[in-house]
Amino acid sequence: MSGKKKSLEFSSNTLPAMVTVGPVVVIMTLLIAIPLIFVAVMSFCSIDEFYNIQFQFTADNYLRLANPDYVKIYVQSLFIAFFTTLLCILIGYPFSFVIARVKGKYKKILYMLVIIPFWTNSLIRIYGWRSFLGTSGWLNSFLMKVHLIQEPLDLLYKNGTTILGMVYCLIPFMILPLYTAIEKLDDSLLEASSDLGAHPAKTFVNVVLPLTAGGIFSGSLMVFIPCLGYFFVSDILGGGNSDVIGNLIERQFQSGNNWPLGAALSIVLILVTLIIVKIYQRLGGDMDALGV
Amino acid sequence: MGKIVELDGVNKVYGSNHVVKDLNLYVEEGEFLTLLGSSGCGKTTTLRMIAGFEEPTTGSIKVEGDSVEEKEPFERNVNTVFQSYALFPHMTIFDNIAYGLKIKKVKKEEIKERVLAMMDLVQLNGFEKRYPSQLSGGQKQRVAIARALINRPKVLLLDEPLGALDLKLRKQMQLELKRLQKKLNITFIYVTHDQEEALTMSDRIAVMHDGVIDQLATPTEIYEHPKTKFVATFIGETNIYDGCVTSIKDGIANVTLENGVVSVACPEDFSILEYASVSVRPEKMRFSSEPVEGFGLIAQVKDYVYVGSVLKCIVSLPNGNELKIERLAGQELPKIGSKCYPYWEPSDAVLIHNESHYIFEALNSIKLA
Repeated sequence: MSGKKKSLEFSSNTLPAMVTVGPVVVIMTLLIAIPLIFVAVMSFCSIDEFYNIQFQFTADNYLRLANPDYVKIYVQSLFIAFFTTLLCILIGYPFSFVIARVKGKYKKILYMLVIIPFWTNSLIRIYGWRSFLGTSGWLNSFLMKVHLIQEPLDLLYKNGTTILGMVYCLIPFMILPLYTAIEKLDDSLLEASSDLGAHPAKTFVNVVLPLTAGGIFSGSLMVFIPCLGYFFVSDILGGGNSDVIGNLIERQFQSGNNWPLGAALSIVLILVTLIIVKIYQRLGGDMDALGV
Repeated sequence: MGKIVELDGVNKVYGSNHVVKDLNLYVEEGEFLTLLGSSGCGKTTTLRMIAGFEEPTTGSIKVEGDSVEEKEPFERNVNTVFQSYALFPHMTIFDNIAYGLKIKKVKKEEIKERVLAMMDLVQLNGFEKRYPSQLSGGQKQRVAIARALINRPKVLLLDEPLGALDLKLRKQMQLELKRLQKKLNITFIYVTHDQEEALTMSDRIAVMHDGVIDQLATPTEIYEHPKTKFVATFIGETNIYDGCVTSIKDGIANVTLENGVVSVACPEDFSILEYASVSVRPEKMRFSSEPVEGFGLIAQVKDYVYVGSVLKCIVSLPNGNELKIERLAGQELPKIGSKCYPYWEPSDAVLIHNESHYIFEALNSIKLA
């Protein structure tokens, strides 16, 4: 009896399940799974002298990744990502704290200040920075007009410029999880700490920081990972002087026209990302905070 | 015993909301004082001003004779037990209780010794390594109390600390808190809306109403001689009716109510023709089958409600008002529907100044003119 009933239930659930979840599965398969498999397969393909892809197995692409020139860029990329993340924490934390603690209409205004740039195309915003910082850009023209400097400052095409652009692009990803973590913080805990004799600085170290560490953690992940791949920022503001792994990949697919090598780089980047996420999860990170 | 906490002319205004009005209050050393009132009466705000979480708009607050209005909470020698417990979720019970001592940089061995002694005192032995989320409500409550008491504060402030517990646990914790307070001889300022809790635990009760202390007295005094109608109705059950003092003789006043004359012991500050309220506790009410001298009430027995140790009798007066009378179960009582004459010992009833009697007087003088 019960078995029959179960199968009846199963069949009655199948159709709604197919209708609701089915399209998602199809879209995910077509747009994510298949291209990923394609990239994985390509990374093991070889090329002929005209850079045409040959479906012939080789591990060469992966071996080439150990090239010292590439290694230099990996290190540089990690360096840029590390400092971008650090700056995002240092700027994002106080800002999130203010938005989370401010009451009334100012909260909304501050929140919009984060969200509106977030909605604007980042390419446009990064070009904006270039015209702002360039030798004949607004900043230099202004500084020369007020006679603070005689010669235009050389601001573009440095690691610092790339980091600036990265911070600018990625800081919402730091602020949003931090905001959530700080807002959840119960006021009475801060009062309790103060009541027990702790100076605000001590309350911050002993109570606020440990309880919002999760937000810092997930925000860092959301900044660090994209930072390795945001090639357009280092392209526009770094001008080839501060490449990230994303630039290497882009170059293989574009000017280098070595798709299998680009594919191998992409696969490695994906693996590195997965490992970082796995470590995050192991350390008790909240997957929901990542929007996963 | 000296005054350990003194509030002098304290006001607190939020925008257009006058929450605490010109409050004067002092607390004796070693006393258990309760601020009792319904929600929104300003009791919690008063407590938070003593703790330092709120600043009084005007007035002065002194702890141990020193003004503290300018002091931050962490500079005051008072500790608070929060309604929500406010335990640090990322710390073990041991670390939670040790927090205040660690902040004060007490030596490690001493911290350990004192925390364990404190855990023993609140009967939490063996819970050191647990986290707050692993404890029941009652256990969290004990941690919150231990965490505050370990700092050996001069004054412990408790903001409805038992509000979230079930009835049985609450009763148990009431007695335990009282025991702790006596044992440690610390001044407790306790905020609650539960009148029974206040009566059980307090040395003195301040009944607050609309930002003002209506009456500040011992539980017995508050229960037996309420100063205002609010206090009479808020604390315990009572029968209360408005009337006019028509004669005073040998310390007994005759008060004319809508339903007839009654006799009440009359304090000296009442005068003839004054409008006043009469409050009689249900357990002090009696009824007779014959009219009683000095009482002109006639009532009909409407219903009996059996509540265990006592029988509650409801009688109705000619104008439809009801009186509650409590009798010990097992006594012989008039039948439902029969006529009876309610009365009481004049000294068992309380005469209360009617806050609106000035208005009546004004109206009367207009009529006379």
